[in-house]
Amino acid sequence: MFDLFARVFGREDASKEVAKERLRLVLVHDRSSLSPQALESLKNDLLQVISQYLDIDDQGFRVDFSRHDDAMALVANIPIKKKASRNL
Amino acid sequence: MGEAIVITSGKGGVGKTTTTANIGAALAQAGQRVALIDADIGLRNLDVVMGLENRIVYDLVDVVEGFAKLKHALIKDKRFENLYLLPAAQTRDKTAVSPDQMRSLVAEMKEEFDFVLIDCPAGIEQGFKNAVAGSDKAIVVATPEVSSVRDADRIIGLLEAEEKHHPSLIVNRIRPSMVKKGDMMDIDDMIEILAIDLLGVVPDDEFIVVSTNRGEPAVLNQQSKAGEAYRLISRRLLGENVPLMKVEEEGQGLLGRLRKMMGIKG
Repeated sequence: MFDLFARVFGREDASKEVAKERLRLVLVHDRSSLSPQALESLKNDLLQVISQYLDIDDQGFRVDFSRHDDAMALVANIPIKKKASRNL
Repeated sequence: MGEAIVITSGKGGVGKTTTTANIGAALAQAGQRVALIDADIGLRNLDVVMGLENRIVYDLVDVVEGFAKLKHALIKDKRFENLYLLPAAQTRDKTAVSPDQMRSLVAEMKEEFDFVLIDCPAGIEQGFKNAVAGSDKAIVVATPEVSSVRDADRIIGLLEAEEKHHPSLIVNRIRPSMVKKGDMMDIDDMIEILAIDLLGVVPDDEFIVVSTNRGEPAVLNQQSKAGEAYRLISRRLLGENVPLMKVEEEGQGLLGRLRKMMGIKG
C-alpha cells in the first residue's frame, strides 16, 4: 500500500527525477554557452542587485535557460522572504 | 511539389535510420510517392535496414557529381508501390557533397515525390549541415535518456540556427513499465524539457531487431507495436488527427483512476 501511495505522489528517489534534475543543470550550461564560472557570477550579480530592494532567500535562488517557441529565455526563480524596507 | 523532411537526433543509435525506413514505408503503404535519402556518407545503413543493399549500383555522390542520373541511382523497393531509396556512398566522406548540392538534389526529388525523407548522420558537423540543407521540416528522434535528450536539445538549437523552425519530436523506445515505476522519463517530461511539439511515440519493441535482421521494415508486420506506432506517425504527417500511440494503456487501470479521483494530473 505504501508503495502505491509513493507511486501516486511520485517517488522522491525515482531515477527519472534524478535524470530530470541532471538534465536541467546540464542544459543551463549547454543553452547559455556560459561557463559554470560565468554563470555563477551572473547569479551572484543578480542576487546582489535584487537584494538591494528585496530580502531574498538565496538558498532557493535558481537560474535557468528555457526555450519558448524559437527564442531562449533566462528564467530566474527568486524566492522573497519579505519586502525589505526601502530607502529610496 | 512534395515535402522534404530530415530525420535527425544528434546522438547516434537512437533510431534515426529505423525511423526513416518505417515512416517511409508507412507513407508508401498509404499511397504516397516516397523517396528516402541516406545522407550518412561513409557509413551507409539505410540500405541494409531496408533490405536493399544488394541492389545498389549508383549512390548519392555519383548523382551529385554527375556520374549518374538520379533515376538510375534510385532503387525501387519492390514490396511497396512508389518507395525509392537513394543510397549514401560508402567509400567517400561527408565532404564529398556540399549543402548547396544537397539543396538542389532535394529540390529535384521534390518534383517527383510527395515525400523526401532524409536520414541524417549522427553528429553536428558537415554531415548534419548537408542533411538539413534541403529540408522543409525536421523530425528529432530522442530516447528517454539523459544523453539523448541533451543531444536533442543541442540539435534543436542548431536547427534553429539553420533557419529550420518548429521541429517535431519522436520519442523512441519508451518502456511503459519503467515509466510507471518512475525509472524512465515519460513523454510529458521530455516535451517539457525540449519545448517542442510531439509527433509520435514509439514503444521499445524487440521486433525491431528481428525486422532489421531481415531487412524488412516493422510496418510490414501487423503485430509489431513499433510498426503500429510508425503507421500512426505517418498518418499524422499526412495531416490526419490520429491519437498518439497509447503506450501507457497497460499502466492506466487502478493507478490512473486513483490519480483522477484525487485530482492529480497523471
